[in-house]
Amino acid sequence: MLLRQPPAGEKEWRGAYKVSPERDASFTTLSGEPVKALYTEADLADAERIGLPGAYPFTRGVYPSMYRGRLWTMRQFAGFGTAEETNERFRYLLDHGQTGLSTAFDMPSLMGHDSDSPRSLGEVGREGVAIDMLDDMETLFQGIDLGEVSVSMTINAPAAIMLAYYVVAAERSGVPADRLGGTIQADILKEYIAQKEWCFPIDPAMRLLGDMIEWCSSQMPRWHPVSISGYHIREAGSTAAQELAFTLKDGFTYVEQALERGLDVDDFAPRLSFFFNAQIDFFEEIAKYRAARRIWARELKETYGAKDPKSWLMRFHTQTAGVSLTAQQPLNNITRTAIEALAGVLGGTQSLHTNSYDEALALPTEDAVRIALRTQQIIAHETGVANTIDPLGGSYFVEALTDEIEAKAHAYFAKIDELGGMVQAVKQAYPQREIADASYQLQQEIDSGRRLVVGVNSYTEGDGDETPLLHIDPALEQKQIDRLRAVRARRDSGPVEASLSALKAAAAEPRLNLMPHLLDAARAHTSEGEVVQALQTVWGDYRETPVF
Amino acid sequence: MEVIYTGLHQTPEQIVETLIQEDADAVGLSILSGAHMTLVPRIIDLLKGQGVDNVLITVGGTIPQDDIAALERLGVAKVYTPGTTTQEIIDFIESAVIPRA
Repeated sequence: MLLRQPPAGEKEWRGAYKVSPERDASFTTLSGEPVKALYTEADLADAERIGLPGAYPFTRGVYPSMYRGRLWTMRQFAGFGTAEETNERFRYLLDHGQTGLSTAFDMPSLMGHDSDSPRSLGEVGREGVAIDMLDDMETLFQGIDLGEVSVSMTINAPAAIMLAYYVVAAERSGVPADRLGGTIQADILKEYIAQKEWCFPIDPAMRLLGDMIEWCSSQMPRWHPVSISGYHIREAGSTAAQELAFTLKDGFTYVEQALERGLDVDDFAPRLSFFFNAQIDFFEEIAKYRAARRIWARELKETYGAKDPKSWLMRFHTQTAGVSLTAQQPLNNITRTAIEALAGVLGGTQSLHTNSYDEALALPTEDAVRIALRTQQIIAHETGVANTIDPLGGSYFVEALTDEIEAKAHAYFAKIDELGGMVQAVKQAYPQREIADASYQLQQEIDSGRRLVVGVNSYTEGDGDETPLLHIDPALEQKQIDRLRAVRARRDSGPVEASLSALKAAAAEPRLNLMPHLLDAARAHTSEGEVVQALQTVWGDYRETPVF
Repeated sequence: MEVIYTGLHQTPEQIVETLIQEDADAVGLSILSGAHMTLVPRIIDLLKGQGVDNVLITVGGTIPQDDIAALERLGVAKVYTPGTTTQEIIDFIESAVIPRA
C-alpha cells in the first residue's frame, strides 16, 4: 500500500524494468508472500511507526543502546547422555566464550517419563540430557555458579517440576531462588499446536503454568517463567506470519489468564519472554521481529493497560532454523546458520543459539558446536553490524515488510477471537490445521522444484564426504537407570508419599498454587515420572486427534 | 491404498497392535529422536513374535548413514533421510507392497 508519492524517475525506472528480462523464479518469500522488484520512499511508513530504540512502540529495539551497550547472549542449546556428560559440555561451551547456558532434555524427561519406564526404552539421553530428579539437576550444574550464570531450560509439560528441582539444587548450592536468573520455556499452548510434548489435558496444563508464573512473580524476580515460543510453530512448517500471530496470541492468552487470577499486569508482564525462529528468508525474518515488538508493546499498553514500560518490552531469544539444515553437503549449513543468525541480530534479538552444521544428522559434535559459537563471535566482533542500532531501520523494503506482516498477524488475531480465543482455537485444531496446510504447501514447492534447496533438489554434486558424528553411548541409558534406582533405594519413602499425597490433594483444588508442593516433592527426591503420574491420577492425560 | 495415521508417541507395542488389527500391508515409522536402533529392532521382534512377516517396513527420520545398512539387514525395506520427496516414498510403497488377495 503506497503511503506517499513515488520518487521522481520512478516511472522511467518502471519502463526500463518492464523491458528487461526477468529470471525464471517466483520472487516470493519462504512464506509465499510476493516481493516487489523495488521498494521506494513511497513504501515507507511514517516516522512515528518506526520510532526510536528503547521507546514505544520499540520497532527499532527494546533498549536505547542495544548492542552498543551489551551484545546479545550467546546461548547454545546443549544436552545429551546423563547429567555428567552434559555438565562437561556446559563447561566446554563456557570455556569457549558462551555467555549463558541452555539445557536440552531427552524425550523421557520432556514427556514426564522416568528413565526406567518402558516408554523410555532407547530414548534415555538420546535427544537431550536425562533428568529424573533433584540429584541429576545438582550434577548437571556442578561447578557452575548459578548466581552468576543465567540458565535456560527447554522443558514444557513438566516445566514446573523441573523448576522445582532447579530451585532446590540452587538452594543446596547456596544460591537462593530470588538470585536465580534464567528462563524456563513452559509455553504449553505451543505444545498442543506444534511441538507435541504433553503430559496433561489443556486446562490443567494451563493452570500449572499459571501457578508457575504467579509464584515466580513474587519469588523469582530475575527469572522468566515462560518463553512464549514461535520457533517450534515455524519448525512444524508454518509461515512467518503464522509464527508471529500464534506466538503473540499465546502470549496474550497467558496475560489474560494471569489477570483472571487477580495479578496486576505490571507484576508479571516484565518477566515474560519470547523465542523465535530465524529462518533462511533473511528480510522476512528481520521484519517479523520488528513487527513482533511493535504489536506486543501496543497490546500490552492499550489493551491490557500496562503502565510499567518494562511490561511493553518484547524481549526474545532466537534460534536459527533446524528445519532449514540439510543432510546433503552438511558444510553448507554453516553458511545457512550464519545468514539466519545475522537476521536475528539485525532483528534485535536478546539471545541467540546457532545450529551446528551436522544437526540434520545427529546432535552436534564439539567441533561443530564450536564453529556455531564462533559464527556468533564473528558476527559480533568482525562484521560491524553491532556498531549501530537497527541498521535496517528506514529501509524501504524492511519497513514495508514489517507493516505487512503486522497486518497479517492482526488478521489472524481476529480469526482466533472469532473462534473464542486461543485455547478454544487450539481445542478446535485451528492453528494445527493452518500449520499442516502451510507445511504441505511448502513441501510441494520443494518436491516440485519450484523452490530450490541447494544440495537437495539442485546443485547436488559434491556430496559423499563422511561427516564425523556424535554417538551417544547406549550404555548411558543403563547408567541413568542405575542412578535413579540407587536414589530411590536410599531415600526416605515417608516424605515421598506424603509430598505426592499433598500434591494430589492440591491439584484437585484449582485455586491452590502447586509450586510449594512441587518444591516439597523435589526435596523428598521424588522422580519426575512419580510426580507426573500423581498429577495424572487427578487430571488425566492428553490424547491428540491429529489433523493433516 | 488406505492410509492410517496413528498419531505421535506410539510405543512399539501399540504400533504392532495397530498393524495386526488393521491387517496392514506396509508401515512407515518416523523417528526423529535418534532412538531408531532400539525401537525399530523391537518392532521387528514383536512382529516376528506374533508370526507376522509380510508387512513392508519403511523408516524415516534422523538416521545417520551408518545405521541404514544395519536397519536394512534387520529387514527394513527402505530408510528415508531428510530431502526425500513425497513422491519417491509413494512410488516405492506402491510398487513394493504385495496386495493381499
